Amino acid sequence: MTRAELEQLALLARLHLEPAELDQIASELGIVLAHFSELAAVDTTDVPAMTHAVPLDLRLRPDVALPSLSVDDALRAAPARAGDEFVVPAIIPGND
Amino acid sequence: MIELTVAATARAIATGQHSAAEVVDAHLARIAKCDPAVGAYLAIDEAGARAAAEIIDRMRDARAPLPKLAGVPISLKDVIVTKGLATTAGSKMLAGWIPPYDATVVEKLRAAGAIVLGKVNCDEFAMGSSTERSAFRPTKNPWDPTRVPGGSSGGSSAAVAARLGAASLGTDTGGSIRQPAAFCGVVGLKPTYGRVSRYGVVAFASSLDQVGPLARTVEDAALIFEAIAGFDPRDATSLDEKVPPCPFGDVKGLRVGLPHEYFDGAGNVDPEVRAGVDRAIAALRDRGAEIVDITLPHTHLALAAYYIVAPAEASSNLARYDGIRFGHREPANDLLELYRKSRGAGFGPEVKRRIMLGTYALRSGYYDAYYKKAQQVRTLIKRDFDKAFHFCDVVLTPTTPTAAYRFGAKASPLDMYLGDVFTLSCNLAGLPGISVPCGLTSERLPIGAQLLGKPLDEPTLLRAAAAIEEVCPIGSPP
Repeated sequence: MTRAELEQLALLARLHLEPAELDQIASELGIVLAHFSELAAVDTTDVPAMTHAVPLDLRLRPDVALPSLSVDDALRAAPARAGDEFVVPAIIPGND
Repeated sequence: MIELTVAATARAIATGQHSAAEVVDAHLARIAKCDPAVGAYLAIDEAGARAAAEIIDRMRDARAPLPKLAGVPISLKDVIVTKGLATTAGSKMLAGWIPPYDATVVEKLRAAGAIVLGKVNCDEFAMGSSTERSAFRPTKNPWDPTRVPGGSSGGSSAAVAARLGAASLGTDTGGSIRQPAAFCGVVGLKPTYGRVSRYGVVAFASSLDQVGPLARTVEDAALIFEAIAGFDPRDATSLDEKVPPCPFGDVKGLRVGLPHEYFDGAGNVDPEVRAGVDRAIAALRDRGAEIVDITLPHTHLALAAYYIVAPAEASSNLARYDGIRFGHREPANDLLELYRKSRGAGFGPEVKRRIMLGTYALRSGYYDAYYKKAQQVRTLIKRDFDKAFHFCDVVLTPTTPTAAYRFGAKASPLDMYLGDVFTLSCNLAGLPGISVPCGLTSERLPIGAQLLGKPLDEPTLLRAAAAIEEVCPIGSPP
């Protein structure tokens, strides 16, 4: 994997990585992915992908209101809060 | 009192031999004295435990019927959410987070009368096999403090082995209950996928995660399992199946399958571990079980499949930690920078590695080659078990290739991953599995035997494990 590919991957993963971390991850991912390359040789023609160990039907709960978190409880751990809202930096740069 | 099992504690309190307050005080004193050397607990809830004990004692004084686990002191892996009690998942990302609700398993245990002593250490977001990946500190193995307790539920296994609670809840995504149980000489049960609610459990890999007990006896593991299992409408993968009682009985006629891939394959089983597992096999044979050779031919692919599926799911699940609603936040000028800096600072190296691996496997153009392929191999592994269970009722293997290793011995990620080789298939196939002690090495380190069962057949697993436990007592850590 090239450095540019790795940096793109970190961007997709929304991770800030220091140059030393990128170097280390590049080496480690290379080793791990090489070890896992045996999967490519397995014949999986007509083998369905298994997404879960149990059948997952589209389950619905009864349409009944149940107790839920209060606004205060939901916001108590917010790193920044104003009234009943989370505070975030500008989503559009320059639009504070 | 600290030596009492779950079953004996509940009996002692119900009969008035001890009060719940006495039991809690004895355990809190033990934690204060011994945990600094073990490092199992990340948070201790003294006030909550004492208040819960008082309620149990008042019920008993009023001759009210006591619930099944009344007064039993337990700990919880720190990925299990507890109302009003810090939950960190072993990560700086969640340091200081006080959840506003209890996980379903916590609600169930409290309703059964169990008393939560506190939260115990684990590898960060349950990603690791030694607790060395905890952001706070490693936990030490009570049998030898120079060695790891296993992981990721290493705080749970160490706490139970060191008598810092009668039992603990852990989570198992690729062996994280069974492997630490084996390393610390306790019993660890990973229930069938869907058997126990995951509501309120910090998600790692949602198609694999399962909550289960670690305890000092098979009977205790069964008691905790019965208390936490069952349908939960708040978990879309929760199975709406009755939880049968787990009666113990003889194993006469039980067919025990030995997959040669686990004994002769790439696992490189340590000879002393092999000898311990041979004792477990002999124990079952002597009690009338039928030992049969079976094959699980895709076993060698489990490691690769797991380490694609689990990081892929983790990379998605951990997207929620973005510094907005809860968790660590770094100062930033715009939203993207806030995400990246907060996650870069909040997550540790193993978590970042797995997020990167998962993102790689899921990205456009690579999905079919990695994630889909791994899921197809998962089907092949499940089919192996389906076929094997035509010839046997349970599968017996070593839990781990070696006994507990020294801190720092598995420095490279791949070395660490290879240690999980015997426990991963169980999660990929969604089966129940249990690790039960089956002896000590010449260095007096515990050895675990692993039993894997048919879906929803925890009672048979527990019955077979009890037969092994009966003839392989290992005693207590020094």
